[in-house]
Amino acid sequence: MGSREKILAAVKKNQPAMVEMPALNFAGSKAVDLKQQFIKTLTGIGGTVIEVNDWKEVSDHIKSTFPESGRIVNRVADLDFEISSLKSDPHDFSNVTVAIIQGEFGVAENGAIWLTDANMGDQALPYICEHLILIINKNSIVPTLHEAYDKIGSSTYSLGTFLAGPSKTADIEQSLVLGAHGSKSLIVFLMP
Amino acid sequence: MNPQNKTHSELAKKFNRDVERVNWHDKTLWFVREKRDKSAHQLAEWEQLREAASQIKNNVLSNLHNYLIEFEKNALNHGIHVHWASTAQEHNEIVHSIIKNHGVNNMVKSKSMLTEECGLNEYLHQQGINVVDTDLGERIVQLANEPPSHIVLPCIHWKKEEIGELFHQHLGTPKGNADPQFLTAAARKHLREHFLTSRVALTGVNFSVAETGEIIVCTNEGNADLGVQLADVHIACMGIEKIIPKRKHLSVFLRLLARSATGQPITTYSSHFQKPREGQEMHIVLVDNGRSERLASDDFRNALKCIRCGACFNTCPVYRRSGGHSYHTAVAGPIGSILAPGFDMAKNADLPFASTLCGSCTNVCPVKIDIHDQLYKWRQVLVKNGHTTASKKTGMNVMSLVLSLPMVYRFSGTVGRWIIRTLPFIVNNKFNPWYKQREMPKASTQSFRSWYLNQRKHGQ
Repeated sequence: MGSREKILAAVKKNQPAMVEMPALNFAGSKAVDLKQQFIKTLTGIGGTVIEVNDWKEVSDHIKSTFPESGRIVNRVADLDFEISSLKSDPHDFSNVTVAIIQGEFGVAENGAIWLTDANMGDQALPYICEHLILIINKNSIVPTLHEAYDKIGSSTYSLGTFLAGPSKTADIEQSLVLGAHGSKSLIVFLMP
Repeated sequence: MNPQNKTHSELAKKFNRDVERVNWHDKTLWFVREKRDKSAHQLAEWEQLREAASQIKNNVLSNLHNYLIEFEKNALNHGIHVHWASTAQEHNEIVHSIIKNHGVNNMVKSKSMLTEECGLNEYLHQQGINVVDTDLGERIVQLANEPPSHIVLPCIHWKKEEIGELFHQHLGTPKGNADPQFLTAAARKHLREHFLTSRVALTGVNFSVAETGEIIVCTNEGNADLGVQLADVHIACMGIEKIIPKRKHLSVFLRLLARSATGQPITTYSSHFQKPREGQEMHIVLVDNGRSERLASDDFRNALKCIRCGACFNTCPVYRRSGGHSYHTAVAGPIGSILAPGFDMAKNADLPFASTLCGSCTNVCPVKIDIHDQLYKWRQVLVKNGHTTASKKTGMNVMSLVLSLPMVYRFSGTVGRWIIRTLPFIVNNKFNPWYKQREMPKASTQSFRSWYLNQRKHGQ
């Protein structure tokens, strides 16, 4: 008998009588102003949130924040930056300064943004860049992860992620340092 | 991991030699516990979430057979290779064979307590494979040739000056620089090279979903993602108990996990891997290693609900003052103390006694594992199986004799009080284990019994 059969047989024999699944109804406190809660939470975990009125404002902000040339990889069509072509090898992105990616939606309770490989173009991009810029619609923000998973539903993806803030660590004496391995900063633009 | 076969109290004694460090360790972990409280109290539905998480996990354990099959089917449909390992050895062999098939001899690895449990790094080292741990804390202890001392904060027992010296030796940073920001930047540069050159990346698994065949990996550093996205091969190793039924259940667990662990609302990255990236090969190794056996035990099954948040470590008065290495096992702290005897009763017989049974671990557990009850129950099992030290056995026998004979009990009380009052040095010395790290109490001049009888006599 192979290990698969051995393990499955042992599990079947030893698992206890069926315990019913609980209902998921949480009468929790939902924020009145989702946008404000999202901004407050994401700022609290090291992100920067900027409300804008149109795409031009986003482009201007990016240009003034990163005036040095550096390498910018843009995946968002409406911006004043060329859409970067993707190479088959993710290692090609190892010198990217700024990556600009459209996020799907935000989560107010934890400041996270959901995005998938479809948004990323290359899956390495949001992790390998020095600075990450995400753009979401401010009306897309949901209160908690429960509503977030309702929204995700049964969609399929190669990679889907909740991304909340810049990469960070506190492994050295609990001192918080931003920019452990992933992006050193995260700027989120809220579009109308 | 514990070559000298030392017990928890012997190893704790070693840790306790450095009073300042113990106090720092104690205070820092308590601070993390307080952050957890603050975060939890912000959610009115916190207790409902804990209850739901606990019930979902109960359902998982009662239907694990079907969920495993469902998970495997969905993962296979998405082009993932699924492997099954009965033992730690088999797990290590499977991982090695995948690496070997790709003709490489190095691999980056993000945090995985399962691979610590299986001794994977050591095994691969013997096969000539170089494993680079990429979580900063894990890299630090790896460079120091030590195991992690905490499942979430692997090098919480290290001081920044020591890390500065370690990096000076291994990464060539300037001597004497102990600035966390600077050292983290040095580690970023050092590990970026490994990310860019490793063709195989191994990750742990926080949750896997039967319904969708996906696995979820949570990190703050982004090390799991960088490793995986730059590698040709992704190997994910998980214990069979990590499965949850549906994707929507992730909402419950992700709301609880980071808040319980560090007080964060969520980890920076909660990555859902459902299919291999184009051109990438993905493997999932499902590991039993004693879990299916544990499933049969009504008393100890619940330990399999653990989501490895580390909240029970941070709150434990014994862990905070004895350090993770005193537990001589991959998972330390209260949860480790109820998991370890299930793997090897003789070797870990001391661990269920490394607790005051105060119950704080149970109170903070996000999936409501009855940790302190299980610690107590393990003690019964260990004694029944003869895993107690001679001194404890003798002590218990004397105690049971004294307690069964009222005359002897009263006499020994009188003698004890007289000794503490008149000849304190007889108890206040290093031969008395209760005198270690604490003062003996002041002895009363009369027993409770004589006080009580006296009160009755005077009609009060």
